[in-house]
Amino acid sequence: MDITIQHGVFVIFTLVTLGSALLVVTVRNLFHAALYLMLCLFGVAGLFALLTAPLLAGFQVVIYIGAIAILIIFAIMLTPQVTRVIKTTNAQWPVAIVVAVLFFVMILSVVSPLMDELGVDDWNADFTQEDADRVPDSTLTDFGESLVSRDRFVLPFEIASIMLMAALIGAVLVVSPDAILRRDESQPPPSDTSVSADTGASGD
Amino acid sequence: MVPLWMYLVVAAALFSTGLYGVLARRNAIAILMSIELMLNAVNINLVAFWRYQKPGDVSGQVFAAFVFVVAAAEAAVGLALIIAIYRRRQSVIAEDMNLMKW
Repeated sequence: MDITIQHGVFVIFTLVTLGSALLVVTVRNLFHAALYLMLCLFGVAGLFALLTAPLLAGFQVVIYIGAIAILIIFAIMLTPQVTRVIKTTNAQWPVAIVVAVLFFVMILSVVSPLMDELGVDDWNADFTQEDADRVPDSTLTDFGESLVSRDRFVLPFEIASIMLMAALIGAVLVVSPDAILRRDESQPPPSDTSVSADTGASGD
Repeated sequence: MVPLWMYLVVAAALFSTGLYGVLARRNAIAILMSIELMLNAVNINLVAFWRYQKPGDVSGQVFAAFVFVVAAAEAAVGLALIIAIYRRRQSVIAEDMNLMKW
């Protein structure tokens, strides 16, 4: 295996992804964690581009970084208690470390070519291959056409769009102002006017 | 090219990091961010297997795109639930959300 420039780029994106992912789960300030999450998603987008999937890299930047990370930042700012939280981890964090490391070792034992020495023959032949086939140039048009062609993915596509619509309506309904939720409750609490006044502005 | 197992190891490390975050963090939004990390690890695996096994077939990329859609819906509904709980209980700590616990 000769070292090419692709290996260098891969190592850079890997370090960005894994380093910022570690910071996401350990850093105390939640806002910083969200920013590190954006950096981590950028690293994953770079890995997609390295895998010659530029469309998915664009999706990653637009959907994850542009929409989901911004949504998470909005949620962090709408639930202000960063200064009040002292501990960032619960009581079971040592167990969580052990579980995560064990899970990593388990996947590694599946992936690694050591399976060959354990008696599994010809199982990992494709897992260490260095040169895959070329990606055809028509991948982008195939992608678009397969989403709307009747014998391929039009049904999952429509189901996904309906699910997205349902999630949107459900999210709006869940965070809608208390007027909708408390309509059938018999006695509204009297001290609730100020709360519903300032949440109504953000919920509209 | 970078061999496939390197991508798989990176995805496994990313997934394990997210798993630690889900199990250990107290803030519900941090747990949701860790879930996003795990979904990204899955997506790396999907795209890597597509690239190395069947680059002529576009199904792997379509699968990864559907994972994007599900992740977006999950983030929207999850954050809405967290904000709704915060309005009722003034807390986003996962241990405080014990309304349905007995």
